[in-house]
Amino acid sequence: MTPRWRIWAIGGLIVAVVAAAIYFPILRRRVRRAARQQQQSEEQARRELTQPIVVNPGDPRVKTTLFWGSDTNDSTLVPVTVELPLSKDPVLRSKQVLNTLLAGPVDAELRTLPPDAVLLAFYLLPDGTAVADFSEALATSIPSGIASEQLAVNSIARTLEANVPQVQRLKILIHGQEMETLAGHLDLTEAFVVNTKLAQPPPSSAANAPATVPPALTAGHRPAN
Amino acid sequence: MLLGVGNIFQLRARSISLLFCLILTGFALVSLALTPSEAQQPIPSAVSPANASAISPQVPQGGAAGSAPSTFGAQTQQTGLNIVVLDPAHGGTDPGARGTGGIRESEIVLDFAIQVRHALEQEGFQVVQTRQGNEDPSFDDRSALANAQRGAVFVTLHISSTGLPGTARVFVNSDLPSAIGSNGLIPWDRAQAPFLGLSKKLGDLVQGLLAQRFKGSPDAVQTASVRQLRTTAAPAIAVEISSVTVNDRAELDRMAPGVADAIAHGIAAFKPSYVVPNTTGALR
Repeated sequence: MTPRWRIWAIGGLIVAVVAAAIYFPILRRRVRRAARQQQQSEEQARRELTQPIVVNPGDPRVKTTLFWGSDTNDSTLVPVTVELPLSKDPVLRSKQVLNTLLAGPVDAELRTLPPDAVLLAFYLLPDGTAVADFSEALATSIPSGIASEQLAVNSIARTLEANVPQVQRLKILIHGQEMETLAGHLDLTEAFVVNTKLAQPPPSSAANAPATVPPALTAGHRPAN
Repeated sequence: MLLGVGNIFQLRARSISLLFCLILTGFALVSLALTPSEAQQPIPSAVSPANASAISPQVPQGGAAGSAPSTFGAQTQQTGLNIVVLDPAHGGTDPGARGTGGIRESEIVLDFAIQVRHALEQEGFQVVQTRQGNEDPSFDDRSALANAQRGAVFVTLHISSTGLPGTARVFVNSDLPSAIGSNGLIPWDRAQAPFLGLSKKLGDLVQGLLAQRFKGSPDAVQTASVRQLRTTAAPAIAVEISSVTVNDRAELDRMAPGVADAIAHGIAAFKPSYVVPNTTGALR
């Protein structure tokens, strides 16, 4: 390399170093700002999801029965009655009672659902089948086991049964997806019976159902069809 | 060119003999094609939900939930209980319940299975395990292994992450609608339905023995929508031991002989109740 080219090369390198020294702090600031914005948007999304259902001041305060764990027997549920302003609309009412159930009792030991689980969506079909879509935490944070998973589903089903008579069956989704089990044990492929008195059998008998249709399973008591 | 009568007869005889040869060859080909599939049928791996969305297994005569036995009334033939299909739950990438001390359900149940197997063999039962090591067969694969047996019961072993440590619970599947069609086949997804009565009987026997050995355990079997039990066409129970939350794994290990003894004696006591019609067992 001739001396002339060496000078050019050194000069070019100096320019690149100076440019990098100027640009690097700017880039760093941009990255920090982007991270802050992402964090804020995640927090905002979480707040939106966990935000309690807006309560209409005109809604009457009614006695609401919620089913949490028993302090004497960890495999049974105990009804707890509280007064809540509840909507008459069955979907809003279901969201209100389920969010209260998710918020948990005063004694955290009596929880049946993970504290970080969130109700993402709730739908009520004309035939009385409710579809409750929970965040992934319901499946990942729940204590794994037959008894604990059944207790969680029973607390949801019985709370709906006690407060929303229009709900006859309950289908549970996790993050919008149908799961085979809740946390490795409890079957989530079909709907659970919520209202044992009102739940109607399907139009066609079970014997005539296609062989590939999975059976309806219950929250420990009765199948949906 | 004219053909004589003799030539015509000769041609006809050749045609008939050729036709006869063709028919014989056809029969030979058909019988060769059928033989391997018939031989494969008793092999458990041949029974999978993919090719058997409906099954016609042994349907129990007894049991409160067995509403379909009349379908098979004409085919009744007693079959004894000889086989126990033992299912150590989870495995592979699925560790099941995990304790803070690093206890993994999938490992503990495998150790329990060894002792249960030994106790059952001492009672004279043949034991088939759904997994021997750290594999994770699907729910349907485990059920398929059980559904391929004749004269079998199914026991799935679990360790919970809740409950009073040192206790044990037995579960049977929640009620399922009986779904035997006019063709006598049971949908794969409801295979447990006709066996619920017998499952409850077996569960009560095992739970009673567990309650004697482990204070604080319930006296009667409980129901739950257990995925593994639903597709099993045999009397089937889930035994769940509490729990992975113990500080020392030795606490669980000490329970293993008692659990094994209760399961083996419970199944032995159940054996006289196990009367099922012997059906064709055809799968489709």
